[in-house]
Amino acid sequence: MSEHPSYNYNVVRQFAVMTVIWGVLGMLVGVIIASQLAWPQLNFDTPWFSFGRLRPLHTNLVIFAFGGCALMATSLYVVQRTSYARLISDSLASFVFWGWQLVMVLAVITLPMGMTSAKEYAELEWPIDILITVVWIAYAVLFFGTIVKRQTSHIYVANWFFGGFILTVAVLHVVNSMAVPVTFGKSYSMYAGTVDAMIQWWYGHNAVGFFLTAGFLGIMYYFIPKQAGRPIYSYRLSIVHFWALIAVYIWAGPHHLHYSALPDWTQSLGMAMSIILLAPSWGGMINGMMTLSGAWDKLRSDPVLKFLVVSLSFYGMATFEGPLMAIKTVNALSHNTDWTIGHVHSGALGWVAMISIGAIYHMIPKLFDKEQMYSVRLINVHFWLATAGTVVYIVAMWANGIFQQGAMWSAYNADGTLTYSFIESVIASHPGYVARAFGGFLFLTGMLVMTYNMLMTIYSKETQNVKESNALGVVS
Amino acid sequence: MTSFWSAWIIVLTLGSIFGYVWLLMANRKTDTAPNEVKHHVFDGIEEYDNPLPMWWFYLFIVCVVAALAYLAWYPGLGNFKGLGNWTSTQQHEERVAAKEANFQKHVEGFMAISPEELAKDFKAVKMGERIFKSNCAVCHGSDARGSFAFPNLTDNDWLYGGDAESIKKTITDGRIALMPSWSMQLGDDMDNMVTFVRNLSVEGMEGQKSDPMYNKFQQICSSCHGVDGKGMQASGAPNLTDDIWLYGGEHHDVKLTIQKGRNGQMPAHKDLLSEERIHLLTAFILSFQNSLD
Repeated sequence: MSEHPSYNYNVVRQFAVMTVIWGVLGMLVGVIIASQLAWPQLNFDTPWFSFGRLRPLHTNLVIFAFGGCALMATSLYVVQRTSYARLISDSLASFVFWGWQLVMVLAVITLPMGMTSAKEYAELEWPIDILITVVWIAYAVLFFGTIVKRQTSHIYVANWFFGGFILTVAVLHVVNSMAVPVTFGKSYSMYAGTVDAMIQWWYGHNAVGFFLTAGFLGIMYYFIPKQAGRPIYSYRLSIVHFWALIAVYIWAGPHHLHYSALPDWTQSLGMAMSIILLAPSWGGMINGMMTLSGAWDKLRSDPVLKFLVVSLSFYGMATFEGPLMAIKTVNALSHNTDWTIGHVHSGALGWVAMISIGAIYHMIPKLFDKEQMYSVRLINVHFWLATAGTVVYIVAMWANGIFQQGAMWSAYNADGTLTYSFIESVIASHPGYVARAFGGFLFLTGMLVMTYNMLMTIYSKETQNVKESNALGVVS
Repeated sequence: MTSFWSAWIIVLTLGSIFGYVWLLMANRKTDTAPNEVKHHVFDGIEEYDNPLPMWWFYLFIVCVVAALAYLAWYPGLGNFKGLGNWTSTQQHEERVAAKEANFQKHVEGFMAISPEELAKDFKAVKMGERIFKSNCAVCHGSDARGSFAFPNLTDNDWLYGGDAESIKKTITDGRIALMPSWSMQLGDDMDNMVTFVRNLSVEGMEGQKSDPMYNKFQQICSSCHGVDGKGMQASGAPNLTDDIWLYGGEHHDVKLTIQKGRNGQMPAHKDLLSEERIHLLTAFILSFQNSLD
């Protein structure tokens, strides 16, 4: 049972490399749009380079291209290694890789052209939505087919999370993308008015819950014990928080629509479930952190582990902030302000990106048959750039969201008139926008350092000795 | 909603929440000693079977209790209105009423004073300015100087009249301006007419009487812009003899205006702003005239 068969590492290598490349591109677009908010002249008066079109490009590239490739690389790596089974089909694996790349290339083409369904995080038009569905089903068949073939009696906890993520995202994508096509490049949502908004945020919140949380918890459950060389702290805790997490998350969408036309009861229900959500979310953080206990000394020498641990800390912080912001009274202050953007990025940069980066650094040497990364020092440099960038970003958005916007918008004079006009809050937000662009720039610089380090590792002549590489199941 | 759907929501919600609690309680105790390894190994990873951390267990319970308490007090469980009888509509109305009462206290007495007089009252103008910034600045600019297609309110050039009554009417009922397209009627004379119109602000109507376009202007433009080209406030037709251009004064701007026509629209604010607010806004707009004198 502990003998590793030969694995399909080819598709994992492809996804791992593309994770880094899409990461650089997606974050570059992020830095561009952050700069456009600070210096609007950078829109250059062209429609295809304007903020409105580049913003969905940024979100699609970082979530679905960078995050998607990271999830596919790690899930297909982990499912093979923990099931002791090769992927069921090499050609299906190739189809998933090339299909997903095609989706992302189409996003790069159509979004700047202004083709959009106008649904946040689901902007791609209907022909691309159909392609996504086909590729996703192929991915599900590949993953679950390999689970079925496993050589172990149990299914490893990381695979529960990957499995939950794959199934739920399929349902979310299909239901939310239902639309009536008008032309090849334009469609209208099948839902109308408040129902459309509710379906959209049921999708939007669970894209966060299943794509960006459950999937990445799958990464956490393999790479943290593996990198730290420690057993999982509690099997029991992983069971409880897994089922609780997926059962509670699905209810929380309405907190995106507080004080809207959504009926009061739906809003309250979404808020009540969002409060419960704190506990299952923290279950994952605790299990990861406790797994590390006894291996804290390794943090001094292992920058990959640093990425993994800091990502868990940001995860804990963001999942505390989330239920807090879902409370109506807090939401009345935070909604539509930069606080939301800051919250999203403490999850996106701090949690999703950092744990992906850690996992990729763990995998690259093994996938390319090398002893270790080309430069451990550069991983350290990357770690500090990423951490500093994230902190600068979040703090700038907190300041903007809470003081410049939330507080200024709701300030009244004694005579019952508003104290500030909208433009005054925009002017006050400018320094925060500059700081945010700088934080994003630091994070992007870190990704460029990673790209260099990765390429130097792949192209270095040094290889692991043959015996050891066979033991790890490396197949060229 | 019907009582079936109400029951559906209540059963599903409470059933789920009690399901979470069952999940938690069922896994509460563990008969294994701490740090005992479960007998599965995956790719070298072992699993301990430690009990749930107590503080996390209680955190879960506290969250569930908070959620249930919230659902008892606020609407959430289907048709059940909640013990607090809270609605978002009521909360909104109460807050608006509190702000409005405050506002009324401050405008007391202002309604008896004419806008022209109020324009000299610092406090009234200041209040008018605040109302302007939250309601009008988005088109007319926070300095009220307007921009392309949105008139400057600080000069003394008025499309529909600059007296208090006209300004009030403009704000209350809105204005719709219509400049039709003249490309068919003008044909090849288009560029000559553009030059003629642009020259009005330099030489006036009298100075261009010998221009071949003069008769054409009198034929097709004068019914709105007047025989002297000074416009007509009744229809909102602008004065063409000054150097103020709502849609730009360059040759290609004016040409576009005559070729394609323009639709100017000031929305009616009678349903958005109270009479007192429109009164104060009028005083604020008139206050610019005082600084012009």
